[in-house]
Amino acid sequence: MPTLPDSHGRFGAYGGRYVPETLMPALLELEQEYARARKDKRFQMELAYYLKEYVGRPTPLYFAQRLTEKLGGAKIYLKREDLCHTGAHKINNAIGQGLLAKRMRKPRIIAETGAGQHGVATATVAAMFGLQCEIYMGTEDMQRQALNVFRMRLLGSTVTGVDAGSRTLKDAISEAMRDWTTNIRSTHYILGSVLGAHPYPMMIRDFQSVIGREARKQILSAEGRLPDCLIACVGGGSNAMGLFHAFIGDKKVQMVGVEAAGLGIASGKHAARFAGGKPGVLQGTMTYLLQDDDGQINLTHSVSAGLDYAAVGPEHSYLRDQGRATYTSATDDEAMAAFDLLAREEGIVPALESAHAIAHVVKVAPTMKRNHVLVVNLSGRGDKDVQLVARMRGITL
Amino acid sequence: MTTRLDKTFARLRQSNEKALIAYLMAGDPSLADTEQLVGELERAGADIIELGVPFSDPIADGPVIQQAAERALRGGTSLRKILPMMRRLRATTQIPLVLMAYYNTIHAFGPERFCREAVLAGVDGLIVPDMPPDEAEPLKAPAEAAGLQLIFLLAPTSTAARRKFVARQSQGFVYYVSLTGITGAKLRDVADVFHNVEKIRKVSPVPVAVGFGVATPEDAAKISKIADGVIVGSAIVKCIASHQQDSGMVGQVARFVRSLKTAMAEAARNPSAAPSL
Repeated sequence: MPTLPDSHGRFGAYGGRYVPETLMPALLELEQEYARARKDKRFQMELAYYLKEYVGRPTPLYFAQRLTEKLGGAKIYLKREDLCHTGAHKINNAIGQGLLAKRMRKPRIIAETGAGQHGVATATVAAMFGLQCEIYMGTEDMQRQALNVFRMRLLGSTVTGVDAGSRTLKDAISEAMRDWTTNIRSTHYILGSVLGAHPYPMMIRDFQSVIGREARKQILSAEGRLPDCLIACVGGGSNAMGLFHAFIGDKKVQMVGVEAAGLGIASGKHAARFAGGKPGVLQGTMTYLLQDDDGQINLTHSVSAGLDYAAVGPEHSYLRDQGRATYTSATDDEAMAAFDLLAREEGIVPALESAHAIAHVVKVAPTMKRNHVLVVNLSGRGDKDVQLVARMRGITL
Repeated sequence: MTTRLDKTFARLRQSNEKALIAYLMAGDPSLADTEQLVGELERAGADIIELGVPFSDPIADGPVIQQAAERALRGGTSLRKILPMMRRLRATTQIPLVLMAYYNTIHAFGPERFCREAVLAGVDGLIVPDMPPDEAEPLKAPAEAAGLQLIFLLAPTSTAARRKFVARQSQGFVYYVSLTGITGAKLRDVADVFHNVEKIRKVSPVPVAVGFGVATPEDAAKISKIADGVIVGSAIVKCIASHQQDSGMVGQVARFVRSLKTAMAEAARNPSAAPSL
């Protein structure tokens, strides 16, 4: 496969830059500055330094022995992104873009957040680099992720609720784009997933691709061979792209993305873009979208705020059309069951997002041979979800 | 071919007038109201009508137009219903009609079918706020074939290279966004608008119209001294929203639009008495 995206920010038919003119010069500047930083040894050394000393990389690739035995099939390895500082893979990208913001001398950063993990990562980086920071979050998400809202405020960021539309991630992104349009000269927008206009999907993939580079080395040293299959949950899809990217040339390694099936695809209350969507343009990029016949964006549902979004990263749309990756989904109930299973079998409480990846493992591992190897991205830890899960079970903490 | 937009700007230039471009959200509060408003606003002095196609996620719009889009969508408005309404309108008026639509609504309709049916319905121009000319290839050929003019936008952040690139592709007029921000924001720096419009004029083969932040007759007068056209959106939409329940809504909106045009005419007749930069 050729190196993508092309110079127009296209992954085949997907991607591009569908933004108001006000943002175009900033996107072009960001593209140039990122191209320079990518080649700049000092920038790369600084990034590597913070990933090691501040984030705590490399994260382990842990053999989940009890889960493997319980499911009775393929060997299951967990890439422990949940052990990153702030509890999810989101910090890999936030550090990279924080360094870029400093390089571009932007004193203020903004971000959107769904589950709050990207918001916390950005607020953390802002505190560490001494940048002013404002986080946009849908008011529905603020309610289900109250703990992360307080964390961001503790870190010195302003959290602004967004009361439009579905009051979730999509609306937070729109509001962050409006802020960026207004404060473009002073502000860098740290988008949190492989979404939006070029160069974001490429740049965020690159910052997250450390996950797959480490995992590839680690599995080679643990098993002496490449895995048969990679599994990751897909909201915007940054943890999945981060894991997949280093393996794209390894044709025999299957790649599976797991979307949120919510209450079930048939219910219409889900966020499975590849099951119910078609290509269109939302928030700067051409990609698969959940939309009606008039091109209006549908409301989505998932128990997990981080997967509750109507679009998917454009590179995933490309990998899907090429047949290089396949996409499936897990329901709220399946994710909740996987959440419990991982907690009890391995002593690891996963984020509800990552629990969707585990839910797919539960389905496929038993169908695979015992000498087959699965690598699963455990993209975040579940501390943020404990309160929500308790509430869903009628327990007041 | 001389288009309705070209003719309008030429006629106004001859009479030393500037174009008042009035924006309405189609279907707010209903398509029947929109149809009636267009006629009344033409009589009140609007020279060009810009009709917004409601979209669920309008990233370039502030709260006033976002809420108008929500009202229009709740009423079931869509391109499929807007175009027949425009076709009826076109039977009664020759005023230039421009659609403003986020790209996904056109993509879902089918770009080729959209261009064909829009022109049949009497649409003269198209503004797609989230489609810079860099991404417009899929629309250019069908628009050209159908005779639909593509109007592009410039912003205060646009570089000299982009001013040239965008202005030369824009047809009918080029839309200068007066501020870094979203629709309905407050215009603060008129001198900055003046300097940027001057720079655009030097490279633009088409007239320059200025929008975003033009809210009052005073604003319209100031901008009319700088640009060939003055676009007023959020202020009109706000006027509609605040008189929604009121049987005199159309009259109220027409009165507001007349006050804009009157202020622009006074500024043209009496340059010294007009508000200064």
